Amino acid sequence: MGEIPLDILALQILTGIALGCIFVLVATGLTLIFGLLNVVNFAHGAFYAAGAYLGVFAFGYTGSFWLSLFIVPLGMAAVGMVTERVLLRPIYGRGMSYPLLLTFGVGYVLVELIRILFGTDGLPFSSPPELRGSILLGDIAFPLYRLFVMAFTAALLTSLWFLIEKTPFGLIIRAGARDAEIVKVLGIDTSKVWLLIFALGTAVAGIAGFLAAPMRGVIPEMGVTVLIEAFVITVVGGMGSLPGAVIAGLLLGIVVSLTSYFAADFSNIVMFAIMAIVLLVRPQGLLGRPEAAR
Amino acid sequence: MNSMSILAETSRAERWRERRVFAWVQRHRVAAAAVTLSLLPGIVPHPALAINILIYGLFATGYNLLFGYTGLLSLGHAALFGAGAYACGIAIASGGLPWFAAILAGIVLAVAVGGIIGALAIRTRGVYFGMVTLALAQCLYFICYQWVSLTGGESGLRGVSVQAVSLGSLRVSLIDPYQKYYFLLVLVIVALAVFSRILESPFGAVIEAIRENENRARASGYDLRWIKWISFVLSSAFCGLAGALNAIHLGIVSIDTLFYTTSGTVVMMTLLGGMGTFFGPFIGAALFLSLEDVTASWTTHWQLIAGLVFIACVRFFPKGVWGSALAMVRR
Repeated sequence: MGEIPLDILALQILTGIALGCIFVLVATGLTLIFGLLNVVNFAHGAFYAAGAYLGVFAFGYTGSFWLSLFIVPLGMAAVGMVTERVLLRPIYGRGMSYPLLLTFGVGYVLVELIRILFGTDGLPFSSPPELRGSILLGDIAFPLYRLFVMAFTAALLTSLWFLIEKTPFGLIIRAGARDAEIVKVLGIDTSKVWLLIFALGTAVAGIAGFLAAPMRGVIPEMGVTVLIEAFVITVVGGMGSLPGAVIAGLLLGIVVSLTSYFAADFSNIVMFAIMAIVLLVRPQGLLGRPEAAR
Repeated sequence: MNSMSILAETSRAERWRERRVFAWVQRHRVAAAAVTLSLLPGIVPHPALAINILIYGLFATGYNLLFGYTGLLSLGHAALFGAGAYACGIAIASGGLPWFAAILAGIVLAVAVGGIIGALAIRTRGVYFGMVTLALAQCLYFICYQWVSLTGGESGLRGVSVQAVSLGSLRVSLIDPYQKYYFLLVLVIVALAVFSRILESPFGAVIEAIRENENRARASGYDLRWIKWISFVLSSAFCGLAGALNAIHLGIVSIDTLFYTTSGTVVMMTLLGGMGTFFGPFIGAALFLSLEDVTASWTTHWQLIAGLVFIACVRFFPKGVWGSALAMVRR
């Protein structure tokens, strides 16, 4: 391969981290919902796409990126609440396949609705003016928007961590993930908690979609690839482990970014190769508990 | 005897008769399927729909071996259908192989792909099984998408033309849709006979035991990984055959064959008809494709309807059409 310029390598790694941030956000929502509700949300990719479209629409309407960034999670949380209440709630306790298949159908419907409302071609969207341009980090010029994505993801993950580890509500979440029955017996309205968690996961997916919009484009099918990427991350990071999702997400982001520079033909496949290796060597994932996989 | 009891009496007799009909159909299921399917071109509006029902019915049947009978939810069966289609198509278009060798090539590649995906996926359980199969199938999609010289990439594989097949002195033209239908029907019935035999074998009993209670099956001394893997591979063979037949039927192999929506379609067909039943997949395929055929005439947003049907099925009709009919009769 010869000499690899160090600054290009550093740029690719930084780009990879920004990409990894999107992966992490999507995988976090997925893991959160799965950890508590035992639902593998196949509509998660569609929620991601819906978040991007809602953001672009809100941006066109209000003209403010920051206001849109506020509207997206609220709007998506509402969508999530309706989905949970109307569709998912009645089929809790019927095994894991049914919610999975149901959300699969929800994903179909949402993507088609996006196509009907906004067309099949995708929308143009670029980063807001105040985040355009790039800044110099040593010798390399790095796009400011990607730096913003990293900072925003870090802030969001920190607040999520605070919510889960340090608040009374987080205590209920953690207890519910371990044994929902006991939490219910202790007099906590778990159905309300489930609703909020689903809404939270959906909102995070929507934010991820909106943040990704200037970097990866806005098309109705944008959620499909990201959903599969999030699955790979959940499997690699360890089933149901939030720190695992963060580590695997950043790691895979960097790997994908490096391969797309050095061996572009393999950039789509490298992720699956890593997943296959992890499954062979450590089926429970990097940080997963062995009993979760078996 | 008052009128009420007479009513009850007749309904009981009716149910008894129904039950006997069902029992007869269950006992001679391959013959029953052969008779029904051979009448199909006369029932549906055009022969192309009948051919699709045949091919997708077989695909869903193969899927059902894993999902309905073994209890493993795979979301990557597009890879097996696609592998069968591409191998058969490439064998005909580039290799110039005769049709039977091409179909065999389709089955062999599907089994090979299924062997790899299955070996990786059975290391996980439950929903992770679904995720891993989906991800690996999507991996195959990307490989075929990028390997343009072999697969034609985005524009699909063209030139899979089989004009006619000869069996001894018998010559079947595949241009005529009815002759094509009955040619495919013979192959599908042979496959169904094999499928039925698998279900009746001790192996068939073991996979159902795994579906009902995995721990108990393990405690009975069965090597679960091995049996799940065999089930995955057998399922792949049927799906590969269906894919190969689809390549011959259409004359091209589109890249969408490998896309995840194909996997979704086969899950939906199986669920709609009734998972874990012999006739369910065919009934599901027939309903799904007929619905698609009808809606296609007035809207391009078929996926919206499909999604709504999917939701309605899971929500209100988890046993499917044939499954619910069976449950009603057995009551």
